[in-house]
Amino acid sequence: MNFGFTEEQELLRAEVRKFLDQNAPLERVREIVEAEDGPGNDPALWARMAELGWVGLNMPEAHGGVGLDLETLLVVLEETGRSLFPSPLISTVLAAKAIERFGSEEQQARWIPGLADGSKVGTFAFMERSDTLGPEGVETLAKPDGDELILSGEKLFVSDAAAADLTVVAVRSGSDAPSLSLVVVEKDTAGASAADFEAMDLTKRIGKLTLEDARVGTDCVLGEQGAAWPSIQWLLDLGAALVTAEAVGAAEAALEITTEFAKGRIQFDEQIGKFQGVKHPLADIYVDVESFRSLVYYAIWALDQDADDARLAVSRAKAYCADAFPQSAIMGVQLHGGVGYTWEYDIQLYLKRAKWVRPMFGDADHHYERVALLGDL
Amino acid sequence: MDFQLSEEEEAFRQEVASFLDEHLPEGQGRTPEFQAKWTEAIREKRWVGFSWPEDVGGGGGGIMEQVILKDEMAKRKAPALGSCFMGLAWVGPSIIQYGTEEQKQKYIPDILDGKYQWCTGYSEPDSGSDLASLKCKCEREGDEYVVNGQKIWTSIAMWSKMMILLVRTETEVKSKHDGITCLLVEMDTPGIEVRPIKNMSGGAMFAEVFFDDVRVPVENRLGDEGQGWQVTISALASERSSIAEVHGLIRKIEEVKDLARNTIRGGRAMSDDPGIRRRIAQAETKVEAMRLNGMRFLTKQLKGEPLGSETSINKLHRADLEIGLGELALEILGSSSTLMGGEEAEKGGAWAKFSLNWPEVVIGGGTPNIQRNIIAERILGLPKD
Ligand SMILES: Cc1cc2nc3c(=O)[nH]c(=O)nc-3n(C[C@H](O)[C@H](O)[C@H](O)COP(=O)(O)OP(=O)(O)OC[C@H]3O[C@@H](n4cnc5c(N)ncnc54)[C@H](O)[C@@H]3O)c2cc1C
Repeated sequence: MNFGFTEEQELLRAEVRKFLDQNAPLERVREIVEAEDGPGNDPALWARMAELGWVGLNMPEAHGGVGLDLETLLVVLEETGRSLFPSPLISTVLAAKAIERFGSEEQQARWIPGLADGSKVGTFAFMERSDTLGPEGVETLAKPDGDELILSGEKLFVSDAAAADLTVVAVRSGSDAPSLSLVVVEKDTAGASAADFEAMDLTKRIGKLTLEDARVGTDCVLGEQGAAWPSIQWLLDLGAALVTAEAVGAAEAALEITTEFAKGRIQFDEQIGKFQGVKHPLADIYVDVESFRSLVYYAIWALDQDADDARLAVSRAKAYCADAFPQSAIMGVQLHGGVGYTWEYDIQLYLKRAKWVRPMFGDADHHYERVALLGDL
Repeated sequence: MDFQLSEEEEAFRQEVASFLDEHLPEGQGRTPEFQAKWTEAIREKRWVGFSWPEDVGGGGGGIMEQVILKDEMAKRKAPALGSCFMGLAWVGPSIIQYGTEEQKQKYIPDILDGKYQWCTGYSEPDSGSDLASLKCKCEREGDEYVVNGQKIWTSIAMWSKMMILLVRTETEVKSKHDGITCLLVEMDTPGIEVRPIKNMSGGAMFAEVFFDDVRVPVENRLGDEGQGWQVTISALASERSSIAEVHGLIRKIEEVKDLARNTIRGGRAMSDDPGIRRRIAQAETKVEAMRLNGMRFLTKQLKGEPLGSETSINKLHRADLEIGLGELALEILGSSSTLMGGEEAEKGGAWAKFSLNWPEVVIGGGTPNIQRNIIAERILGLPKD
């Protein structure tokens, strides 16, 4: 029994942390996301991370990846979360995973190498105007036309929409609710256009993908047409787990920042961290972060193992996190007093991250309801 | 990460499972005759005091085996391993670590056999959370200590033959943690008076204990004079990450779910109420977090790292759940939740009673505020208040 990381994984953690501390401290993160021409990523840093094997960490070796498990990727995500590192890592991993798990050998060879070496950004597009995670929410239509599909519809709240070179899109193939397909849409496809929205969390890019009679070959369909709902559900689960894994690092950093502040700030001749009105909320945040940490570690392990309780485990982790992280970040700002409200202090960046995390791949209501259903209620 | 048991661990799990198949009947079969046979069988297996050294009669079991044993037992709702609760939980470990050879021989076998009960005389009227401020007076006269003072909240004092007692042997001390001494006291010593205290659910489980010139032989001192704080604290700290207690909470949640399914109000089952569904799911998720936290602490212990103050995390969760599940059940029940007994009360008022019992866990083992102080000061490094 070992509910912890291997020595190699701990070494990787130290390496990633050092890399991010050196190359992407929060001052640099602010530069990247506050750039004149809108929030962006840092292509040079992204390329170096790909070179170090962190982008393709979980992608198959046969197609240029490193072939390690999600558990090892989790270590990297905790660190990118701590640093609020702006990158399309989760999006790209989701796209690659969709192609690896549901695509043919040919499709894998066609797309995964570019994702693994960092030259191509990928993402996964599910959500639409209905803003629901059920299959009935997908209205984007895939009309067959010979060996092509004509796609029309609008995918919303797509992570890294504008940056993506290829998007794995959930589309409708028939009128019954679960009759969905997964289709890869490349950036230069005629009729497909993407744009970013104005996001609250500048370190996360959210946008839309508009499909206006966009034509893709049937060789872009991952798996069987019209039968992709189980695959899509799995991807949504994976997305929830990866977002939560990153949230662990971010929430931990927010707690550390606030704890350090509480040690340094003097009022009434005392460090404010001496007052129980300050120290007890911090203790409660610690309890929450450690708890959703345990839950997401297990969820990632369960996904790696394709365990029967993987879905339940993911929902527990995301539900707990979606409640606790925003609450803890609000408390973090509050415990800073006036400076917590300033653009200059970093705690606000974590509050915005928490607000991004909350609805991504399902909020607490969604996931607790699933916990209830899976628990025979 | 790896949640598989090793080959030896799996073999041990199977040994436990087949022992239980053979010795443990379902609910109906658990008669007094069964209890006697059970007690003998687990003693023979050396599963009482399983983690204690073999030379004092313990099982010499490792941390992981202990977890497996408790886990299997809890899953099958087996009776406790041994009946001398406080003796097994902390009196025994203190004696093993600090006791003389004579003390070990005199007390340890009886604790393992459950011959009689021990009680714990730590808290005083003016010393609860701030236990080290205790004042119960103790002066040495020749080969005897003379004790004068009062203890309170002493669980099962009226049914105990022995008490582990903390007294103050020195008042002029630099730190309040010095000058405390630990004594092992026979409860029928002249000068001891026990007055049971009735609690809010109507029972009387704990008592006030008064000491009036109570003479205790010096050989009944555990550890050195003035060492009492270390003697007792180290045993309390040896507490293992108790994953097994999670099973009790899981069972409680199953009961709450059944209650929600079977309680029809306003024409619908309470299990269809979105608010109730969410709260049950939340409770279940919290228990799972406790189980997994426990596994992470256990991993640290197995790697030989000290288990710091992390157990406070699960104590806070548990406090929340003990209170929360009772309240949830009462809300599901609605008006009948106000009844403590009689035909109109669900299960004779069992939920109402349950909802009044949380102080045993929430206050008895260090209050939530004290757990928060521990986390804030020892883990987060914030200044002491
Ligand atoms: C069912 C039960 C069984 C028990 N059995 C035993 C037993 O067998 N033997 C024994 O010795 N004792 C026993 N106790 C006593 C128990 O250990 C004490 O009740 C407990 O330590 C709290 O002390 P107190 O009751 O004096 O409360 P206090 O310490 O007076 O606390 C009152 C309130 O003040 C808060 N508080 C105190 N200090 C602080 C602080 N520094 N910061 C913030 N808040 C604070 C507490 O959290 C609490 O809410 C038992 C108690 C119960 C309820």
